[in-house]
Amino acid sequence: MITILLSVVCCPSSKKSMKTLFDKIWDAHVVSSVENGPTQLYIDRHFCHEVTSPQAFNGLRARGLKVFRPEQTTMTADHNTPTINQDQPVKDPISRNQLDTFARNASDFNMPLFFPLGHQKNGVVHIIGPENGFTQPGMTIVCGDSHTSTHGAFGSIAFGIGTSEVEMVLATQCILQTRPKTMRITFNGKLSEGVTAKDLALYMISKLTTGGATGYFVEYAGEAIRNMSMEERMTVCNLSIEMGARGGMIAPDETTFAYVKGREFAPKGEIWEEKLAYWKTLKSDEGAKFDKELEFNAADIQPMITYGTNPGMGMGITDSIPTLDTIDEAGRISFLKSLDYMGFKPGEKLLGKTIDYVFLGSCTNGRIEDFRVFANYVKGKKKADNVIAWLVPGSWMVEKQIREEGLYDILKEAGFELRQPGCSACLAMNDDKVPAGKYAVSTSNRNFEGRQGPGARTILAGPLVAAAAAVTGKITDPRI
Amino acid sequence: MEKFITLTSTVVPLPIENVDTDQIIPARFLKATDKNGFGDNLFADWRYNKDGSPKADFVLNNSAYSGSVLVAGKNFGSGSSREHAAWAVAGYGFKVVVSSFFADIFRNNALNNGVLPVIVSTEFLSEIFKAVNSDAKMTVTVDLENQTITNNATGTSESFEINPYKKECLLSGLDDIDYLLSKKDLIEAYEASRK
Repeated sequence: MITILLSVVCCPSSKKSMKTLFDKIWDAHVVSSVENGPTQLYIDRHFCHEVTSPQAFNGLRARGLKVFRPEQTTMTADHNTPTINQDQPVKDPISRNQLDTFARNASDFNMPLFFPLGHQKNGVVHIIGPENGFTQPGMTIVCGDSHTSTHGAFGSIAFGIGTSEVEMVLATQCILQTRPKTMRITFNGKLSEGVTAKDLALYMISKLTTGGATGYFVEYAGEAIRNMSMEERMTVCNLSIEMGARGGMIAPDETTFAYVKGREFAPKGEIWEEKLAYWKTLKSDEGAKFDKELEFNAADIQPMITYGTNPGMGMGITDSIPTLDTIDEAGRISFLKSLDYMGFKPGEKLLGKTIDYVFLGSCTNGRIEDFRVFANYVKGKKKADNVIAWLVPGSWMVEKQIREEGLYDILKEAGFELRQPGCSACLAMNDDKVPAGKYAVSTSNRNFEGRQGPGARTILAGPLVAAAAAVTGKITDPRI
Repeated sequence: MEKFITLTSTVVPLPIENVDTDQIIPARFLKATDKNGFGDNLFADWRYNKDGSPKADFVLNNSAYSGSVLVAGKNFGSGSSREHAAWAVAGYGFKVVVSSFFADIFRNNALNNGVLPVIVSTEFLSEIFKAVNSDAKMTVTVDLENQTITNNATGTSESFEINPYKKECLLSGLDDIDYLLSKKDLIEAYEASRK
């Protein structure tokens, strides 16, 4: 410890040259800095959906502006779309108007990358970005959606923005951002059998709380992270925002390069080689200083569920809800309000509790691997009669792969139907709403009051816990 | 954007922590294609019964409380990046939100819409809740120029932080797009340097 301190004191220049992954990418995208103010940051890739963009395009119209770099924006309709009968006109006239407005904006502003409902590249924005090769290491990526942090799994700086900022990016391909602080969270050792990336993330959020990483950009590291597939890394980075972080990222490695290579919009030939050489430099230098460092043991993590109305209110599936005396006084009103909404009591165990709905999907867990995990568990079993299950692939590409790999037959045999891609019951903007008072075990990202429909009670979990709940009709430990 | 001027106002207390943007404006109201009318659905599920009638026990339906300052428990605005949350807060008529902690994206969105998020200490926050509990007509004064907030019931003041650039934007009514558009030459030079 002392030697480290001494080396910092005596060699400030060498310390200065040690950068975090975040620093390297951020510094490479600074266009200018406002005196005493934010940084003007260049954005490589902008993703855009129908809900948070119409007012931004209207803003451009009001100012008489064009889109500055149309080819750097990818547009997909996902939030407000039905997950059945997508070939037919959307029934809800207000939803239809929003989708029509989206199409009109794409056409009026000559946007070349527009994937409307029914397009083979259509799907949830954070799923189609990576699978088409738009998402690459070293990029700055934004979208009017807080789960943009997903793309950080590739070693990029990716974060959610508001609609005013969407307008800024459309108009100038830049935004003004205050440089966040950096945090590294290291997961040592291996995850146990039956524990998924979602469990790791819910565990972490339960330790940090929903505001615990506010103001920070997080880099995930350690053996448990390195061992993950790209799909699993995306799940972890996706949930960074649920502990308040601006974003989350993982240094790219051979797993990343193998995933990106050959995808339609990924670099090819000589450019690929050039990029690859650069991407290999994208890691935090040894000794680089983070504003905060946390470490966890992966072996401590068990399958997780949430019991309350924010993602920080999570526990191991065999644990009990905290008792009131363990909650600090200022938080007790909110804690009780939350349990009252859920119909749970302090100290209660949830294992064996009957549930009504299961949702597999969303930008958190709507990828091919999530369907593999779910199908593998339900294979040879039957869906419980008391459960309504919504299985919603994140994109048409995922849907196609589900069929090609034979997962569709396994799911069908077990009594499950597949719906069409979209955000669906994650935020219930469409008809996929959980009725008031009903319990849904959901692989999505938020258990806020009313998130899955007015009065709906959400229990967040990974795809394996969701599969176990779907076949037993109860909260069930999938390891048994 | 409307200029922010120093204000003195009664407050609307919401002593709930982790008020997320799904509570501020539920997703089913995000289908609009303009910025108007969101104030009517601010806190919709806490504010209205299923039939649309007001819930008597929610603070916005209590005529004792009014004003352009919302005072909320810690970690206000967590969750979704929807700027509709800021439009709803502004649309309802709030000019200031006071809390001991804000989620990042909401705070940015609020500032981009002329709503000032004022971060106060936990003690100062609980003093406002106490004061408004005993007198619904108590007021606070928010002075952006001097970056102070005063609890006029107790006379105590606290200074708050705001990025100097954002402060200037609020005082002048200018926004980030105006600034960025003035830097087009720098953007093109940056792009050229990367090729």
